[in-house]
Amino acid sequence: MGEGPLVLGIETSCDETGVGVVRGEVLLADAVASSVESHARYGGVVPEVAARAHLEAMVPTMHRALDESGVALDDVDAIAVTVGPGLAGALLVGVAAGKAYAFAAGKPLYGVNHLAAHVAVDVVEHGTLPAPCVALLVSGGHTHLLHVREVAGGIEELGSTLDDAAGEAFDKVGRLLGLQFPGGPHLDVAARAGNPAAIAFPRGLTGPRDAPYDFSFSGLKTAVGRWVAACERAGHEVPVADVAASFQEAVADVLTAKAVRACRDVGVADLILAGGVAANSRVHALARERCDGAGIRLRVPRPRLCTDNGAMIAALGARMVTTGVPPAGLGVRTDPGLPVTGMAPAGR
Amino acid sequence: MLVIDTSTPAVTAGVVDVASGVVLAARATVDARAHAEVLTPSIAAALAEAGIDRRDLTAVVAGAGPGPFTGLRVGLVTAAALADALRIPAYPVCSLDAIAAAAGPGRTLVASDARRREVYWASYAGGRRRSDPDVSRPGDLAGRLPELGCTAMAGAGAALYADVLGLPVVAPAYPPVGALAGLATARVLERAPPEALTPIYLRRPDAAPQAMR
Ligand SMILES: [Zn+2]
Repeated sequence: MGEGPLVLGIETSCDETGVGVVRGEVLLADAVASSVESHARYGGVVPEVAARAHLEAMVPTMHRALDESGVALDDVDAIAVTVGPGLAGALLVGVAAGKAYAFAAGKPLYGVNHLAAHVAVDVVEHGTLPAPCVALLVSGGHTHLLHVREVAGGIEELGSTLDDAAGEAFDKVGRLLGLQFPGGPHLDVAARAGNPAAIAFPRGLTGPRDAPYDFSFSGLKTAVGRWVAACERAGHEVPVADVAASFQEAVADVLTAKAVRACRDVGVADLILAGGVAANSRVHALARERCDGAGIRLRVPRPRLCTDNGAMIAALGARMVTTGVPPAGLGVRTDPGLPVTGMAPAGR
Repeated sequence: MLVIDTSTPAVTAGVVDVASGVVLAARATVDARAHAEVLTPSIAAALAEAGIDRRDLTAVVAGAGPGPFTGLRVGLVTAAALADALRIPAYPVCSLDAIAAAAGPGRTLVASDARRREVYWASYAGGRRRSDPDVSRPGDLAGRLPELGCTAMAGAGAALYADVLGLPVVAPAYPPVGALAGLATARVLERAPPEALTPIYLRRPDAAPQAMR
């Protein structure tokens, strides 16, 4: 412990301004400023509101991270910044800041894939990633099943969602049930008082001929909408807790069944559950239950590290330094649509 | 001092000697989509050309707009981060003021391209801005020109809508490094307290939510 490259990570892909500091696999600081409350009244993240908030929060968040870690900018070995995927205007604030800090401090700049970083952050919780492993990455914008040989550049996608991301389904169903934005955490709470077996909602793409590692949540979202509408038409009060619990059960069931199957098929004994939806209590609990039953070791970062933060960017940056990935340099570009397997786009 | 402006498609970086006002190096890359990609490399190149080590800089001056948001923010966050890391003060200047200063002391309309068929503008007389910067349709602005009494206009927005606005177009099209520096020289010399680099947005954000976390 206490060894490895000292890396500062900057994250601005969505509505959290994050700056984290990691030494090798040890977390030294994790400062986050969120603009989530500014978006709540719109019912979703407004890109321009997020970008404005990043500009205001960048320097203060940097100071909090440096203070928390007790590290000076001059001491770090490298600066890492999210280059994609994410909201275009939001990404640019972080990348511009990352370049300026790297240039001013004379440090190499690494361009980090936000999605891979969600997986990489688990090292600060549970140590070096087992290689290979399978990762289920579930967030507001993404749902991917990954075969991870090396998190810094050796990721193969097994499957992904064909329509809505799992977290997006949570937000949409949350809105349908009159819950606050973001839907995920509020729905999780509402579901605790409900019966997960009350309503048999559909499990998308789980037929014998369906793609085994792909996901579809738009049919489920539609089914919940129809069920709620029918209930209202009949003049009944919508049983919010039961609908929430039954919907959440359907999502957790499909996610964990496919993840466990992927581990078996690929022949790995370790599953990493990552991304904002990994913080959902039922997804986490069912994954634990099924992994235990199948003899698979499950790793899930604490909820705070599942949502967007700078520590995850620093963690993957440190891994990139360790494995000899070359720095991206000051000309690096952003890529709002960067695929989960993609690396930083070089400058011209 | 280091000078930055990204309020227009010209990604501008330069190094100016504070005492003499001499521009030691200046770069302007006209590419509306490459602000973040180009800016820090341009700053590095300008410093190299000027023969100035970044650690010898005494202040950062940044054009605060008005300008299209995404590019404008790139310049301001870059300026804020550089000033923070180098522990030197940063000062904002109004980007339209820099165009006006370079255009001369006449009764000048300065207009930059605000996209969406609008311009950011302000009017000047005797080297002074006569009102806060605003954003308008060129047609509406043309209707106000008699009352403003301008005799010439500068800025890329003026050139773009020259046929609607109808005044003779004079240089410059974009905020020049020397003029940007001049607007902050007094503050740099008297070591005024650093100021927040707040963008001049003039427009509210579009409230179309998009989920992505
Ligand atoms: Zn994320």
